[in-house]
Amino acid sequence: MTTRRLFDLAKTIRSKNAGVDRITFDVIFATRAEYDAVRRSNALSREAVCRIFGIAPDRITDHVAFDPAMAIKFTIKRAIPSGSPGDADIFGSQQYGPLLDLEIRLEP
Amino acid sequence: MTVSIQHRRSANRTLRIVCPNGHLGFAPIKVGSFDIGLTSEPDLVCADSGSCDIGPGPLGEDVSSSPLSWQTHDLEKMLLGARRLGVPMIVGSAGDTGTNSRVDLFVQIIQQLARKHALSKFRLGWFHSEVPKQLIARRMADGESIDGLDGRDALDADTLAATDRVVAVAGVHPYLALLEAGADVIIGGRSSDCAIFAAPAIRAGFPEALSYYYGKVLECASFCAEPYAGKESVLGEITMEDVKVTALLPSQRCTVASVAGHAMYERSNPYYEHFLGGHIDMSDCLYEQYDDRTCRVTGPRFVPAEDLRVKLEGAGKLGERFVGMVGVRDPYTIANIDAVMDWARQQTAEQFGETGYSLHYTVYGRDGVMGALEPLRDRPGHELCIVVQAVAPIAETAREVCMTGLRQMFYARLPQVKGTAGGVAFAFDEVMQASPAFRWTINHTMRVDDPMALFRIGMAEAGV
Repeated sequence: MTTRRLFDLAKTIRSKNAGVDRITFDVIFATRAEYDAVRRSNALSREAVCRIFGIAPDRITDHVAFDPAMAIKFTIKRAIPSGSPGDADIFGSQQYGPLLDLEIRLEP
Repeated sequence: MTVSIQHRRSANRTLRIVCPNGHLGFAPIKVGSFDIGLTSEPDLVCADSGSCDIGPGPLGEDVSSSPLSWQTHDLEKMLLGARRLGVPMIVGSAGDTGTNSRVDLFVQIIQQLARKHALSKFRLGWFHSEVPKQLIARRMADGESIDGLDGRDALDADTLAATDRVVAVAGVHPYLALLEAGADVIIGGRSSDCAIFAAPAIRAGFPEALSYYYGKVLECASFCAEPYAGKESVLGEITMEDVKVTALLPSQRCTVASVAGHAMYERSNPYYEHFLGGHIDMSDCLYEQYDDRTCRVTGPRFVPAEDLRVKLEGAGKLGERFVGMVGVRDPYTIANIDAVMDWARQQTAEQFGETGYSLHYTVYGRDGVMGALEPLRDRPGHELCIVVQAVAPIAETAREVCMTGLRQMFYARLPQVKGTAGGVAFAFDEVMQASPAFRWTINHTMRVDDPMALFRIGMAEAGV
């Protein structure tokens, strides 16, 4: 079984505010094969997302495989609202970093 | 290949809108693609100017986050283009926040520009979206629940009292009223992004589902195209059967991937878009490549709301704020940076007590950007930058708390530190006043009987 980094498989990996209390993550693929492979690997499943970010399952408000865009999308609750003192990412735009190096197991 | 909609309308009955900017004023319009848009027979020129992304400060303080010169630049381009073609221009959520003062500012800019360019007389409409706190308090006293969004509890009296300013998010209704009254230029208060574009389409008789989707896809301008390029114009066309959107920057395209990808941008869920009066369900949307640079979309559904609930946004001031920063290079100090911050917190508490202020440390090089979400926080870099923020009711206290919380890091007592001449490095041995600290106090909805209940429209003549 081979593995590849999510960085090499996805076209877009981003995070952004979804309103003032949530941050949403989009992982978008250029081809159906890559999209399906990552979905099959469960590397971005709800359980995996909890593990990656060290959060409890109830912090995830949405988790969707969005076929028209060949995208995996999930949304988490912020610890504090955007822009409150102590929040260091008002736009929520730099929370995706840990996803880039995820190793995706590819089925032969 | 089909002829691009940029050059020819795709049906007998269409409404075409050019959108130059997804957040007018935040960064200037790129004029090249906008000028192409003006040659593409638009029926309107529309843009949104607001966003919650800028944080609660601008709403709370009632200021713009965008510079006046950029706001004027964009309004000037849109106004001159729209008046030359004789088509309406709509800007929503004026001045980043959509408060009354921002609407009045944009109205004034339009009037000045009309005089400066000696534009022929036209009708300038606007609406205000601010909601007096007393009105919300009365509704709460009457037993009405102000429901929380995104998992928030219903609004309570203390949170309302801690709020400085509230705007309501309008639907299509004030735009429809102003278009009906013959407005040539509309400056909107806070409103749903999609309403700016949906209103003229609904008024022209296009189906609501397609009209709202039309707004959804156009509101961020070139963010629905690829490759990534901000502040470029796009052209949309709605017919009785579909919505089409095309990129106007020659190097960009609207593809199935870029338009479908945009459907999920900055929202929890890619299938639903909520606004005053209902929502659209995009579960069965079909995206097709129409021509080389145009995507065609069919299949959104409109679901009218049973209860009219208007979204409220509110910000409350926490206090005046000072910031300072330090650097750390000693590996032992880096490994024990929590103890350094604990020491400084403790020294601050001894001097100022435990309450009445707040002190925040952001440790760049360890977990500054992600905080508790950072999986690598046990692997800090070889140097750290720590930003210290203090918030207190008056500026002088905030300054002293910040200075104590900063400078005491220099004196932190670590048992085995080799360097005994100062535990941190100062690029500036000073603290600087930042904008006051605010928080989002209200992200809620309130029931209304009339979708216009919270919005007041006005109209004047502009030009010479």
